[in-house]
Amino acid sequence: MADKEAQQPEELPVVFLHRPPSFILPFGDHLRSQFHVLDPYESPEPYDSFLARHAPSIRALMTMGPALVSAEFLDRLPVLELIVATSAGLDHVDLPACRSRGIVVTNASSAFAEDVADCAVGLLIDVLRRISAADRFVRGRMLPVKETYPLGFKLGGKRVGIVGLGSIGSEVAKRLSAFGCTIAYTSRNKKQSVPFLFYANVRDLAANSDVLVLCCALTKETYHLVNKDVMVALGKEGVIINVGRGSLINEKELVQCLVGGEIGGAGLDVYENEPNVPKELFGLDNVVLSPHSAGGTPEGFEAVLQLTVGNLRAFFSNKPLVSEVSNE
Amino acid sequence: MNNIGVLMTCPMSEYLENQLENRFNLFKLWNHSSPKPDFLKTHSSSIKAVVGNTKIGADANMIDSLPNLEIVASYSDGLDKIDLGKCKEKGIKVTNTPDVLTDDVADLGIGLALAVLRKICVCDRFVRSGNWINGDFALASKFSGKSVGIVGLGRIGSAIAKRAEAFNCSISYHSRSKKPNTNYKYYSNIADLAADCQILFVACALTEETHHIINRKVIDALGPKGILINIGRGAHVDEPELVSALLEGRLGGAGLDVYENEPNVPEQLFSLENIVLVPHVGSDTEETSKAMADLVISNLEAHFKCKPLLTPVL
Repeated sequence: MADKEAQQPEELPVVFLHRPPSFILPFGDHLRSQFHVLDPYESPEPYDSFLARHAPSIRALMTMGPALVSAEFLDRLPVLELIVATSAGLDHVDLPACRSRGIVVTNASSAFAEDVADCAVGLLIDVLRRISAADRFVRGRMLPVKETYPLGFKLGGKRVGIVGLGSIGSEVAKRLSAFGCTIAYTSRNKKQSVPFLFYANVRDLAANSDVLVLCCALTKETYHLVNKDVMVALGKEGVIINVGRGSLINEKELVQCLVGGEIGGAGLDVYENEPNVPKELFGLDNVVLSPHSAGGTPEGFEAVLQLTVGNLRAFFSNKPLVSEVSNE
Repeated sequence: MNNIGVLMTCPMSEYLENQLENRFNLFKLWNHSSPKPDFLKTHSSSIKAVVGNTKIGADANMIDSLPNLEIVASYSDGLDKIDLGKCKEKGIKVTNTPDVLTDDVADLGIGLALAVLRKICVCDRFVRSGNWINGDFALASKFSGKSVGIVGLGRIGSAIAKRAEAFNCSISYHSRSKKPNTNYKYYSNIADLAADCQILFVACALTEETHHIINRKVIDALGPKGILINIGRGAHVDEPELVSALLEGRLGGAGLDVYENEPNVPEQLFSLENIVLVPHVGSDTEETSKAMADLVISNLEAHFKCKPLLTPVL
């Protein structure tokens, strides 16, 4: 094969990088070797004129972090056909606006799925077996005055209710099955050929579960899906694990239920107003808190890069996309 | 049976204490701590059973001072605190609590590995400190797909393997002899196992042969990217070697439930972020503690009613 000379950026397909100014993923070199990357925050030109000048050539856009893709923003990109998201969640993208403009969207759930599932299971074991609390206890050298340290709760035999049985929810189910948990789920639609019990709504799922694991997308329908009613149905020994989005839960009511003992515990990776976390949770031993890092491993990031590049290359060569999100 | 003397060696379960008090004439060794030898002399002839655990079992001295001892019913799976040779010599029965705690110990093992690799406890401290406002947390390490090595493929080791497989981990093991009926890769040499795996779980019984089975050679083989998870006994690991390896970065990290000199934990470890330390809680859940206690009671009742023991060791 002939040596490939480094192609001039102008010859490469154009990809617009849509991100908050402070948020960047370490994909720059990889992307620039294959695409002409337009990053408004790496140009001295003011954002609006940069965008207006390049708009006629922007067919593909890549989102990094929670930069909003609103209908108004889409109006500034008249030839846009593809949005490649580097996140699992698409709540920052106006999907109906994309649909009505014929813009196709891909996300990165499958790249993160194992890592997020690992985090969900890790948080659950930590809450039930008090691992972080015990680690604090040992490091604080607080030898017990009483001889016995508080007992935890057994994971095996627990009824786990998964909210959203997509790529992440499926990996959670696979893992927890091996621990002897029984799995049930709720989802927009019942999944065919899945061996788990289906509940049509989250309240019924909660009433029949000991643990709820939230793995679904944040949409208008799922906003505050888990509220006090659901938590009371889950019960005083129930545990909630949230690796989806903070606003899947009514956070004020979650804090009340935890502080008041209405539910047994929680493992949270996401919050309604990150990076702010309700301080009332800091003193609780039955809560484990994680800073939206469920997808945060080098392997996960590498997988996202591969998936992102895969989607872009498929688009520019008119081949089927790798992880297109269906517009339901 | 209320006149049968049963000696409980230390506080281990209020539920078990109550159950024993209801059925037997219960002596609590810790209420008679000074001087122990005198207490044992006074009441020794009425004591027919000892209930011990992983802290205080039944050593040669205790056995010798209880002339009518018939049975040691251990509130534990491990037997390292019981002088089995002496019991055998004197025809004393021994029972333990296997199986009921297998799941909990395996769950904790996996939970510790996840906590170490994904830095769950460190993240929790980070959030609680309020530092997230100032910037994101650095990347952790992936757990799924890592190669897992297990020392001891008994009940607990097998339960760990089953769980790790659901995370797409490859499984290898070392034990006294190759196990039939498994597809896991066998290593007759533990250092070779350590060299070939990324997470090493200690899940075997503590015996003379397995004392300090995790020594400097094994730790170095596991290496700066390797993680050691000890849910066996503290004495499985050469603790000073472990501490220096962690401090020097020769070992990637560790999750520990047990220590050589409990309840003491090497303080040099307290500032490290690549370790998770828990205070011997492997079977400490509400459900399992009760199941273990019930098994102790059932074994004692069976013995004194001349029925077959449920979980005899000897």
